[in-house]
Amino acid sequence: MARVVVDVMLKPEILDPQGQAVQRALPRLGFDGIEGVRQGKRFELEVAEPVTDEALARIHELAGTFLANTVIENYTVRVEEGAAA
Amino acid sequence: MTSTPRTALDTVTHAAGTPDAGQPWAELGLKQDEYERIREILGRRPTGAELAMYSVMWSEHCSYKSSKAHLKQFGEKAPESDALLVGIGENAGVVDIGQDYAVTFKVESHNHPSYVEPYQGAATGIGGIVRDILAMGARPVAVMDPLRFGAADHPDTKRVLPGVVAGVGGYGNCLGLPNIGGEVVFDACYQGNPLVNALCVGVMKHEDIHLAQASGTGNKVVLYGARTGGDGIGGVSVLASETFEETDPEKGPAKRPAVQVGDPFQEKLLIECTLEIFNERLVAGIQDLGGAGLSCATSELASAGSGGMRVELDTVPLRDSSLSPEEILMSESQERMCAVVEPDKVGRFLEICEKWDVTATVIGEVTEGDRLEIYWHGEQIVDVPPRTVAHEGPVYHRPYERPSWQDALQADDAAALPRPATGEELRAATLALLASPNQAAKSWITDQYDRYVLGNTVLAQPEDGGMVRVDEESGLGVAIATDGNGRYAKLDPYTGAQLALAESYRNVAATGARPLAVTDCLNFGSPEDTSAMWQFAEACRGLADACRALGTPVTGGNVSLYNQTGDAAIHPTPVVGVLGVIDDVARRTPIAFAEQGQLLYLLGETREELGGSAWSQVAHGHLGGLPPAVDLERERLLAEILISASRDGMIDAAHDLSDGGLIQALAESCLKGGNGARVVVPDGLSPFVFLFSESQGRALVAVPRSEEVRFNDMCGARGLPVARIGVVDGEEIEVQGQFSVPLRELREAHEATLPGLFGAPR
Repeated sequence: MARVVVDVMLKPEILDPQGQAVQRALPRLGFDGIEGVRQGKRFELEVAEPVTDEALARIHELAGTFLANTVIENYTVRVEEGAAA
Repeated sequence: MTSTPRTALDTVTHAAGTPDAGQPWAELGLKQDEYERIREILGRRPTGAELAMYSVMWSEHCSYKSSKAHLKQFGEKAPESDALLVGIGENAGVVDIGQDYAVTFKVESHNHPSYVEPYQGAATGIGGIVRDILAMGARPVAVMDPLRFGAADHPDTKRVLPGVVAGVGGYGNCLGLPNIGGEVVFDACYQGNPLVNALCVGVMKHEDIHLAQASGTGNKVVLYGARTGGDGIGGVSVLASETFEETDPEKGPAKRPAVQVGDPFQEKLLIECTLEIFNERLVAGIQDLGGAGLSCATSELASAGSGGMRVELDTVPLRDSSLSPEEILMSESQERMCAVVEPDKVGRFLEICEKWDVTATVIGEVTEGDRLEIYWHGEQIVDVPPRTVAHEGPVYHRPYERPSWQDALQADDAAALPRPATGEELRAATLALLASPNQAAKSWITDQYDRYVLGNTVLAQPEDGGMVRVDEESGLGVAIATDGNGRYAKLDPYTGAQLALAESYRNVAATGARPLAVTDCLNFGSPEDTSAMWQFAEACRGLADACRALGTPVTGGNVSLYNQTGDAAIHPTPVVGVLGVIDDVARRTPIAFAEQGQLLYLLGETREELGGSAWSQVAHGHLGGLPPAVDLERERLLAEILISASRDGMIDAAHDLSDGGLIQALAESCLKGGNGARVVVPDGLSPFVFLFSESQGRALVAVPRSEEVRFNDMCGARGLPVARIGVVDGEEIEVQGQFSVPLRELREAHEATLPGLFGAPR
């Protein structure tokens, strides 16, 4: 079994109200020095079979059509360390 | 702040010295002659920043360059109205409703963005119209959403509709504004071009009216609200004016649609902050930032004012410090406002903003003279006469021509279609109609909206119109309905636009409110297509004539063109919102038949009118013939009767008759009240025509027996034909001698359709 991680982030030019809310809260809580916060989503996919190029292509497809809204979000796909390719 | 070094800032001096430098005017959507005209106005080539401003402000969406010539009629033919306090041209029109109250309302489109990214497109559509209303000085009190989607069973509709509905609900619910109505229509013609219109209504006292103008030399220009980021750069010219199919990949990423994301909690702060600022009388002029962002706000404020304006663009607070001055000018970041403030009031203004955690920055001031000058780190990058940017853009008299297919369409009469003849067939047709996506219950959608927040909503979907209380003491309230039937307008755009107004007007009157004023959102195909342009011209002419006849002026609205994919334009879809006033909302008339034994009266005359009808669509997938005839004098009379009957307590329920005809109205009123009805087909009418015809100027009312004589006398005295057609009774709808349907079966057919199509709400 292998783990594939899909990270989804809003595109840099897109407003991130959640990240901004976190950023605004930081100084109130005494955490200084943070200039910007962007909040995203991380998906951990447990893959039954070895992660072949073909399997990775399928994961790219599902990430691009289902996990991420590619109109406003970018995503990256990576195989977790230690997993056999 | 870190600013990336710019090797070649295109200053005014630089532009004057390099007249032959090539400029990407075509990529920005400008035509050659428009570019030439800009050079002529300035006496030199524009700088990059100036070119950005002109291109976005001269786009169809901002300049109304194709529609202006026709929209003029709304002013020229406007009926005399004592109620109109602010007319067309401001952020929204303002209407006097008495007791020193004024209301402002407007409907706008956010069609293309909602197709690209349904949730955010619809959400920012709400945000934009709410800021328009706020900018007039009013507290927004309710929203409505007229929506049009492609075929209900098309896979892409399953993407677009749930997203749009969730976006409307998400933004509106977070703001704490009730969504009191609107429409949902499915038709294959909207497949690639769904229509997401948004209406907002706000309330204020007369003295609170604010205008978008910059006057008083030395007054400060304050930008407040969200920081400026790279949202929707060029969104106005790209998203609103062109279809993707026309996008030329050679032109590169400038045409890439950039979506704006809204933050309703920021908007809520902006609303409360702005209202506190109004309350302390701290602003001389104010404008919201919507399409075209700062380009629009600065040029419109300066253009409408008496002086010029100087802006230090590098003082604009940014979310992304790498933005170029051109991008800052074009950014459509949401939740921003621009105010003109006297210098001695700036301190207090900023204090209030700080209290609400709203970023506010003085970015410039009103100057003597008549130029809009914008500086970037001390260097002048814009020096233009603001009127040429904002109000004196190009005007096109586009050629238009009645399409060659119009005659054949009108000749394809729906009267020739096979009809249900037996009682059994009529029963089946009734159930099929009520279960069809367009005629089915819309509660799957409206249940996702908060309809009663703020505690002033007295009528909301599925009533004929939404109604909110304005004054708790007196019960003064306003009612609003929006309507538009693209099928009618396709058959005859002149009549179709009048029918949209007639229906909306009738809906408001059916609630018991007196119609006062109109806002419209004109959704059409490409103005460069002579057929679509003809439809637009005819619809404007029809609507302006009808507004004059009904005494309800157009106060403002919006035009959305280019709703077209290739040669296939949407049905011409003028959406008309009518606002009415009611002295006491306790006197309102709902649609529900709440009490057994009450008498059912059909007001108006029923003729055989099936062209464009819901029945012809559901039973035969047919669109042809002529739409129902419009009789505005009759509409006016019907409205007077409905209003008087409501005020004097002569009717307990009223439902206007429109698409779907009598059977639709009867079923909705029965289902809402949980009571059945027995009706008799009047002499001289076939049961089918009686039930399914869509003749206009009609309403169905429930009259308590004790009021029957008085009600009949009133209708007789005023000359309105009425017929007693039955009684509220039992737990089924029975059309005597024809068929009966238990309410339970009817309800199942009517309410299961949308959940079946779209599953669980998001």
